[in-house]
Amino acid sequence: MSRKALAYAALLAFGLAAPLFIYPVLVMKILCFALFACAFNLLLGYTGLLSFGHAAFFGTAAYVAGHALKEWGLPTELGLLAGTAAAGLLGWAVGSLAIRRTGIYFAMVTLALAQMVYFIFLQASFTGGEDGLQGVPRGTLLGFVDLSDDLNLYYFVLAIFVFAFWLIYRTIHSPFGQILKAIRENEPRAISLGYDVAKYKLLAFVLSATLAGLAGATKMLVFKFATLTDAHWHLSGEVVLMTILGGMGTVFGPVVGSSVIVTLQNELADKVGSLVTVIMGCIFVICVLAFRRGIVGEVAALYQRVVGKRARG
Amino acid sequence: MKRKLLCISIAALLLPAAGNVLGQAKPAALKLSDGMVKIGVLTDMSGVYSDLGGQGSVTAAQMAIEDYKAQYKPNFKIEMVYADHQNKADVGSNKAREWFDTQGVDMITDVLNSGVALAVAKVTQEKKRIMINTGAASTRLTNEDCTPNTVHYVYDTYALANGPGKAVTKAGGDTWFFLTADYAFGASLEKDTSDAVKASGGKVLGSVKHPLNASDFSSFLLQAQASKAKVVGLANAGGDTVNSIKAANEFGLTKNQRLVGLLTTIVDIHALGLPTTQGMMFTEGYYWNLNDDTRAWSRRFFAKQKKMPSMLQAGTYSAVTTYLKAVAAAGTDESAAVMKKLKELPINDFFAKNGKIREDGRMVHDMYLVEVKKPAESKEPWDYYNIKAVIPGNEAYQPMSLSRCPLVKK
Amino acid sequence: MTEIFGVPIQALMGQLMLGLVSGSFYAMLSLGLAVIFGMLNIINFAHGALYMMGAFLAWMGLEYFALGYWQALLLAPLAVGLFGIVIERSMLQWLYKLDHLYGLLLTFGLALVIEGLFTNGYGVSGQPYSIPEELSGAFNLGFMFLPKYRAWVIVASLAVCFCTWFVIEKTRLGAYLRAATENPKLTQAFGINVPLMVMLTYGFGAALAGFAGVLAAPAIQVSPLMGSNLIIVVFAVVVIGGMGSILGSILTGLGLGVIEGLTKVFYPEASATVVFVIMAIVLMIRPAGLFGKER
Repeated sequence: MSRKALAYAALLAFGLAAPLFIYPVLVMKILCFALFACAFNLLLGYTGLLSFGHAAFFGTAAYVAGHALKEWGLPTELGLLAGTAAAGLLGWAVGSLAIRRTGIYFAMVTLALAQMVYFIFLQASFTGGEDGLQGVPRGTLLGFVDLSDDLNLYYFVLAIFVFAFWLIYRTIHSPFGQILKAIRENEPRAISLGYDVAKYKLLAFVLSATLAGLAGATKMLVFKFATLTDAHWHLSGEVVLMTILGGMGTVFGPVVGSSVIVTLQNELADKVGSLVTVIMGCIFVICVLAFRRGIVGEVAALYQRVVGKRARG
Repeated sequence: MKRKLLCISIAALLLPAAGNVLGQAKPAALKLSDGMVKIGVLTDMSGVYSDLGGQGSVTAAQMAIEDYKAQYKPNFKIEMVYADHQNKADVGSNKAREWFDTQGVDMITDVLNSGVALAVAKVTQEKKRIMINTGAASTRLTNEDCTPNTVHYVYDTYALANGPGKAVTKAGGDTWFFLTADYAFGASLEKDTSDAVKASGGKVLGSVKHPLNASDFSSFLLQAQASKAKVVGLANAGGDTVNSIKAANEFGLTKNQRLVGLLTTIVDIHALGLPTTQGMMFTEGYYWNLNDDTRAWSRRFFAKQKKMPSMLQAGTYSAVTTYLKAVAAAGTDESAAVMKKLKELPINDFFAKNGKIREDGRMVHDMYLVEVKKPAESKEPWDYYNIKAVIPGNEAYQPMSLSRCPLVKK
Repeated sequence: MTEIFGVPIQALMGQLMLGLVSGSFYAMLSLGLAVIFGMLNIINFAHGALYMMGAFLAWMGLEYFALGYWQALLLAPLAVGLFGIVIERSMLQWLYKLDHLYGLLLTFGLALVIEGLFTNGYGVSGQPYSIPEELSGAFNLGFMFLPKYRAWVIVASLAVCFCTWFVIEKTRLGAYLRAATENPKLTQAFGINVPLMVMLTYGFGAALAGFAGVLAAPAIQVSPLMGSNLIIVVFAVVVIGGMGSILGSILTGLGLGVIEGLTKVFYPEASATVVFVIMAIVLMIRPAGLFGKER
């Protein structure tokens, strides 16, 4: 067994045991945001596209899944799929428009389109506006596992996370992932090599949006609730922060980043009130000015240096 | 390596079944009958409604607990926590869930903002605790969305709508246009007022929705102006009401249309001043200057808070006291037993005379139709109202025969 | 009363006027964004927060130091401009070598910090700032009711926008600025202090946002979130107009404000989204924006 696989196994064991000593709802929240950040990282870290509107996909999936479960009475699995598919579809629409511009404009376009989605949710009747879509039933898994029990739901959420994480991992290490990295490093060269860059960008965007949607739908299931917060630009900013703090372009960065941020918010919300936003902002500034590799990136660099020294010495 | 990962993922996929087994070994829930009663005040601490509830509600709840301890010397411990729900339904319901799961909170009170209240009601029912809502207005709490765990204590949109809706329409204001806060509360208030207006022979010409905590009301008021309705009903509250009244003055709307603030409290009148608000008529659930009891309590509150209490804050004091009495009477903090006592015991204090909690969770008590004094009539600070009528509880609130609450057996 | 398409002319003119008012704010803010972007290659996400700061400084001046509106109109933008210069010197200048996205991220973080501090101090509900005595009241034009203050906002912002355009396009200083935007190295070689110009540009852009904030204070509630709600719309305005030309930014801003106002008359439900819909259409037809050139 390689060292890497051992590390993964240890992490999984931790994930399995976590709800026994940590409040399960909190761990589920962390898992949902970790998945969201991983999906986002696929775009920012591996394709070099900064989307400032990813909350739109997260929120859309939450609303659609919630509506499907509550009003249409779909089984839980299908509800989640419906939400995820809706996010993917929206991702295709937004992506097709946004990839017409690059760099800063790309960020602004995604932000603006996401804001439009937000306003639509604010006004549409099925979302419940400011009240949100409340009281969504969690239902049962495969018709017999009762998900209203927090622990049962926890293992379902963990399974979703592991599956999605595995999918992202496979994508990054596939030929497709290599092309994305090529686009990130040098777009003109990727074009001159004959790759249809626009197509690859769009594909990455849709994949990222779909998985962000899966995260949103799952979060809705945990809290039985879809609200405007899920589609607000603040959340779009937060996922950027999680990714940079953890280390963009690293497999585990987003997981670390989101764990830190969600835990911080949870711990601090009661103690410092609205100063949480200030702390988030400060972390942002520090990350950008001095800490651009993020936690995982810095640790990896440090590790490289130590190992490198030992090899030389 | 790859294969191992795959195996792990599959194993993880199968785990929910294992979880079902593990589910038996839940983390030990806090024992509730451990001689401690914990009350949570969930309110808007910093937003547009913070003057109605906010710190004032926290103070009122604290006073209630101290007074109860001093008067009854209970043999159980009473604790209080509070939090800011920021007027966000998700923040509120997540906080309530966390309180119930990890802090052993038995009862949540205040919970102003109907959107938040509806969400918290669901969590409260799921976790089998109690919410005594003193802040939110929507009648949905005791109708479609009623639960065996909700008490709606201070007021609701039906009670607010009926007084001015009928009085103003009969006085000739027979065409209405609404400026409505775009969430559960505004919709409830608009609907209940429309019903009252129509029942009195008036007509509703239309409405415009504005977001909660809107920054600029001018374009909404232009729409109200264009409707040519005689009366513009403000189906909003707190800072939003204050700002719509200001903007209405700026755009000259008050020259030929009448403004009716449907949820106006003494705090709003204080913010706007009597010159702007004189002659306004609305329903209140409490007024500090009613009698010796209300004056005595309100002055104590004023000493701590430097403001006279709103009906929400006075109601929070009363609700906490009532709850503690019910716990003592039931001999447990188990919610079903306490709810049974709550619905049995009559409520008699400075806030309510012969108040009664009905089957649907509605606490029925007298309401007051008030008119704002002219500046010259006001004899002291905070002396703002003339009581035009006392509306008896059974007339003020929606009769049980119209109830849409599934708990009510007809 | 006269009606156009079934809408009373009074309501139509009123909404048009309000549209022009919000258009003025779009114009001033997108102008500031464009000037900063031209010089620093940074999209200033903190622009909304600076605008909010302007309004808050005016409010605080009145509340704590009895400084009137007119003093605030002068002093608050100066203070915000100075604040901008401090930001540029202490943080932004280290990012010029990096990908432009870092500038966006840094200013986003700054916006969170500024907004959070004000929210912590003053809550999210708005603080009232009364209209100055000279400008309160309204003109009754017969066909519409025109509050004096709103008219003043339109006039003042147009004047400021025009002055900015004039300085950049018609003066020597503006010529240096344009040269430095076009080719900073060469301009530096001609003995012009480019870093100084960069610093002043950011300060000026910040001051412009602060000025807009003071103008907005009496018209709307002074609230910590007033900037972030506006800035996203302004981003859409910037994408629609493209950041190539000063005049383009001003015209796009005003035009979109008017369109938004008209939407409020004929289809109020879409008034919050209309700018974004226009942006999507422009992206499909002319990705570089109406006045932009692809960079």
